Amino acid sequence: MITVIKKMIGGVPVPGKKELSEKSPIEFAGIPGELVLFMSQHIGAPSVASVKPKDQVKRGQIIAEPGGFVSAALHAPTSGVIKAIEPRYHPVLARMSEAIVLEPDGKHEPAENMSPTASDLDGILPEQIRKLAREAGIVGLGGAAFPTSVKLAPPEDKHIDTYLLNGSECEPYLTADHRVMLEQADKVLFGFRALMKASGVKRGIMCIEDNKPDAIEAIKQAMSSYDGLELAVLSARYPRGGEKQLVHAVLGREVPPPPGLPYDVGVLVSNVGTAYALAEAILTGLPLVERVVTVTGEGVAKPSNFKALLGTPLSYLIERAGGFTGTPGKVILGGPMMGRALKSIDVPVLKGTSGILVLTKEQAVEEPILPCVKCGKCIDACPMGLQPLWISAHAERGLMEEAESFRAMDCIECGCCSYICPAKRPLVQWIKMAKADITSRRKAQR
Amino acid sequence: MLTALVTLGAAGLVFGSFLALAAQKFRVEEDPKIAEILAVLPGANCGACGFPGCAGLAAAIAKGEAPCNACVPGGDGVAEKLASIMGMACDAVEPMIAVVYCQGDDDRAEIVAEYHGVMDCKALDQLGGSKGCPYGCLGLGTCVRACPFDAMYMSPKGLPVVIEKKCTGCGACVRACPRGVIDLAPVSKRVHILCKSYDKGPQVRKYCKVGCIACRICVRSCPQKAISMDRDTLAKIDYSLCDNCGICATKCPAKTIVDRRRSEAGKQVS
Repeated sequence: MITVIKKMIGGVPVPGKKELSEKSPIEFAGIPGELVLFMSQHIGAPSVASVKPKDQVKRGQIIAEPGGFVSAALHAPTSGVIKAIEPRYHPVLARMSEAIVLEPDGKHEPAENMSPTASDLDGILPEQIRKLAREAGIVGLGGAAFPTSVKLAPPEDKHIDTYLLNGSECEPYLTADHRVMLEQADKVLFGFRALMKASGVKRGIMCIEDNKPDAIEAIKQAMSSYDGLELAVLSARYPRGGEKQLVHAVLGREVPPPPGLPYDVGVLVSNVGTAYALAEAILTGLPLVERVVTVTGEGVAKPSNFKALLGTPLSYLIERAGGFTGTPGKVILGGPMMGRALKSIDVPVLKGTSGILVLTKEQAVEEPILPCVKCGKCIDACPMGLQPLWISAHAERGLMEEAESFRAMDCIECGCCSYICPAKRPLVQWIKMAKADITSRRKAQR
Repeated sequence: MLTALVTLGAAGLVFGSFLALAAQKFRVEEDPKIAEILAVLPGANCGACGFPGCAGLAAAIAKGEAPCNACVPGGDGVAEKLASIMGMACDAVEPMIAVVYCQGDDDRAEIVAEYHGVMDCKALDQLGGSKGCPYGCLGLGTCVRACPFDAMYMSPKGLPVVIEKKCTGCGACVRACPRGVIDLAPVSKRVHILCKSYDKGPQVRKYCKVGCIACRICVRSCPQKAISMDRDTLAKIDYSLCDNCGICATKCPAKTIVDRRRSEAGKQVS
């Protein structure tokens, strides 16, 4: 069954810029000279290292155990020696953070205990899938990196009836999910059905934006051999793929404000990359040690989609993509709307790294921040129905309680308001600042 | 005309006497000490005491819930006056002052990125700062704007400077700094290790000319044994042991340790 959906609250039409890299097949990026694997790859407690410096490790061998219930295991992406366990600069936390440094030996030797669990879903129980997801260190690969094993075990009192697999990839420039759906449609659907089986959900809907017709075709073909899967084709509009936005568009259900999650309205949402990683873990035994990363933008010579080992330095990937074209203006981890500008490219790929965007000097020109003219465009654009101008105005003056009363914590940081603002005000940055302040104050009160 | 005057006058009289009666009947008895205490407090509402402004502290002191030396900015003078109002003895206040534990200005620290965006250290901190050092001063002056006593300014090279004569040790800047670069230190202590970087020596050398390289020369040379290593990578002075001898400052190869008495004798503290 195929449905076409156009409705959406707020959002902005953004130039997709997918053409730069959408035709490049996924290629293995290679083994760099050093891999840096942070203990904090995901939301939740950091992992706890189970290896020591000078230890020999093989590809797929566990090197860090989950550090709590909401946490994930970490595995060696290739064979080699543990060089050190030391603090390194973490590009997302923006501070020093404990990491395992692995020096590859180039042999890429797999660990002995790595073997397929099952060749089809009839041979595996739901508990087994959940256990495997935990052991394989699988987290949501859409960006937030929430441990999948936790998502698959929602609280008892939540009745889940629908599972959405998110292949909308609404963020401009990025094409990692697009290529995975196109090249690995069978495995994506296998992983999707595994996710559904593990959580006991009967109805599964695959969601793709209409700007990826070839991926839609590939998924449609792969789907024809299964019953019970549906396909929703959504009009391309940013932020279509935000999970709350997706649940609303596809099912008409509104996810309650934080700490509300999709499971409160009976839905689970996962990214196609996550489904693919789970399929790999079941079918080959390979834990989450590599992921597809788009290296793109007008600032790189050869925009590409790489299968990169976790911990690969971004500088290595940019080099593999032909290097910079001239002096880069800005290097962004993630896409242009939600990604974060980097101060250094000597930082590694994390489990949640979906892309690296390089903008040219001309593109990265910063215009002066002008006073708010109260035009209200940000209110129209906000997919959460917030008033970004007031949250940011209070945050700018340090009035964080007031920012909170304007529901700063409900912001999903999609960036529509900053994008649309005619006064070029960095609204999201102020809101993020307010959110950090409110969060730390709440922690202190507890 | 006359009617209006009489009507309004009468109405005024009725409401006036009602209000006067109500004021008598519903009067809230307030401790007269609160007003007295409030008159003595500095009135900057800086929040250093942890109470909601000077009025909050005054009420707490009057109730006996706060000690009479709770106002750090007021110092000994205020503490004595409060002690006499409350009729009790009072410990002396150790006067404190804000110290910026970073010397990485635009010349000495490596700048790795250009920053455009919200000009607030808290916002820049979320992106990791524009300097190579992940621990040092971010340089956007959030502390200076937080100072209620006008006791700070930004140097032309992008570091906050504390005007020691004006600083009351209220700690507003300490709370404003997202990186914890500023701390309070006793006014009497004049030797400080101005670095917060926990990186190893060679790493620090890459991005800062004046950062602590953890060579431990200061630890070995201190006659009072006041200096120790924190996490093996950063020297720290225990101010309760330090006697301001300044030997460490002369020995420090990275010029991370400063002896403020020497700089005061030579020239004005910058």
